[in-house]
Amino acid sequence: MSMSSLAQAKTEKKLPNLTLKRKPLTLQLWKDRWLYLFLLPGLLYFIVFKYFPMWGVLMSFQNYQPHLGFWNSSWVGTQHFERFFSEPTFWMLSRNTLYIALLDLVVFFPATIILALLLNEIRREMFKRWVQTLVYVPHFLSWVVVVGISYILLTTEGGVVNELIAWLGFEKIPFLMSSDWFRPLIILQMLWKDAGWGTIIFLAALAGVNPQLYEAARIDGANRWRLLWHITLPTIRSVIVILLILRLGNFLDLGFEQIFLMVNAMNREVGEVFDTYVYTVGIRQGQFSYSAAVGLFKSVVGLILVFFANMMAKKYGEEGIF
Amino acid sequence: MHQDNTIGSRIFDYANYLFLFLVSLAAILPFMYVVISSFSTEAALIPTQFTTAAYNYIFTTSTFVRSLGVSVYITLFGTMINLVFTSLMAYSLAHKHLAGRRVILLMVVFTMLFNGGMIPTYFIVKATGLMNTMWALMIPNAISAFYLIILKNFFQSIPDELKESARMDGAHELGILLRIVIPLSLPAMAAFGLFYAVGLWNQYFSAVLYINSPEKWPVQVLLRQVVILSQGSIGDSGEIASDTVLYGEGIKMAVIVISTVPILLVYPFLQKHFAKGVLLGSVKG
Repeated sequence: MSMSSLAQAKTEKKLPNLTLKRKPLTLQLWKDRWLYLFLLPGLLYFIVFKYFPMWGVLMSFQNYQPHLGFWNSSWVGTQHFERFFSEPTFWMLSRNTLYIALLDLVVFFPATIILALLLNEIRREMFKRWVQTLVYVPHFLSWVVVVGISYILLTTEGGVVNELIAWLGFEKIPFLMSSDWFRPLIILQMLWKDAGWGTIIFLAALAGVNPQLYEAARIDGANRWRLLWHITLPTIRSVIVILLILRLGNFLDLGFEQIFLMVNAMNREVGEVFDTYVYTVGIRQGQFSYSAAVGLFKSVVGLILVFFANMMAKKYGEEGIF
Repeated sequence: MHQDNTIGSRIFDYANYLFLFLVSLAAILPFMYVVISSFSTEAALIPTQFTTAAYNYIFTTSTFVRSLGVSVYITLFGTMINLVFTSLMAYSLAHKHLAGRRVILLMVVFTMLFNGGMIPTYFIVKATGLMNTMWALMIPNAISAFYLIILKNFFQSIPDELKESARMDGAHELGILLRIVIPLSLPAMAAFGLFYAVGLWNQYFSAVLYINSPEKWPVQVLLRQVVILSQGSIGDSGEIASDTVLYGEGIKMAVIVISTVPILLVYPFLQKHFAKGVLLGSVKG
């Protein structure tokens, strides 16, 4: 989607106003009646399940009570936002969310690029394919399975990792019940599950590099390091930028299921993020409007981040996503 | 590709092979450990005494068998809904002359950037009467905006002449979709079907959010009760069903294995498709 498509959309909308075009348009609409019928279920889906909730965020300016419904609940302005911003919870949630999101950005994201580059250096196709087949598997496991396996391996009551630590003569570490280990575990699980999968898109871009470029550079006396720096990396630069933008868009709702499954009373102070808080306060405690306000805050910050990232990308000469 | 044969380059190659070997080992070892242990009398990487006791047990519990049934049902039925909704909409939007097409496309793309969030969506699901029914696990995610746009681009790449000539011959629009467009996009449809199915099978949080009765839980929710909550961890105790008693380690592992088998069964097919790059060809809409 580019800005030009936005402009086109506007001109298309104006068309029906031209009296000259009116008759052909109604004819055209009738001709396309089946296409519109096909469009209907999907359109309804987007309106009901995506756009109604967007309009429903207005409840964060209300004192929403389910028995009164949306229309009869009283309006309270920005009261919930004021409450949220003045609470220490706000700083805790911001800190935890930012911490995990930054870990993702500086550990996980570069790891996928490095893994892709290393795979790209492998000359034996057979070996490369085997590695790829194996490292993609964890991506398709559910988070419940990944967290479940972590529990089985790491528990202090007979988990293999702690048995090994005890056997080596050290004290057992309560990985799952410790706030110090929460973040390392989260990032480790992310790496295990998705680092391999993350290489796909880079490998696809790398496969498109013209071999003659390498040939020419080698004749000019470039070594492997130089080939990587001057040819390989520039080819995937735009892919890196696009993925970075998309990642920034999800900056704040990273790994919700994962975190939800990993959080417990012992690590809540470092593990609670915006989404888990919305669930706890909203669904479990029934403070609907307040939690909707927290959710809205998160969504808006996310949207701002996407536009910001896209702007930066364009400023540095990349295409951006819109 | 690289004919660099300096010592440094060779050392790098060996280190690289070794490193990637270890990475692939790390990718499968944890799961292998769980599989092997589930068939042994004690936890181990090298099978000790072979036993299927854990499996025998879980298949006698009505809870597990029932939730497996729920998962199979929502996966099969849900994938059908996903494919029908997505392909119908993608087919319409693939017609460039369609009035209002741009607006609808923008609308779809916008949902990828912004959403109402958990609480308003929860109330919409409630208002539509889907709460605590299996529909709540299928309908609220009936179309992935991302897949829709890729499929639309895929449909667009089918030559218009094919469709035009069928129209000349008096073919109905539905006939064109079913007899020409879908058969020509079978690889893409298969790929999206598989990806949708994996998503449905693995979905967990929607069930926590929308399903209150334990007898409608998909297997992922049960898995969490059995494996994560019974570990003495402090979870939401209110969610534990009365009939999930304390299970032994072997049983936990067997539950993990059974709930992952379907994924491993379709993995070769999945791999064939994403290796072809079906899903990547048009990441840029």
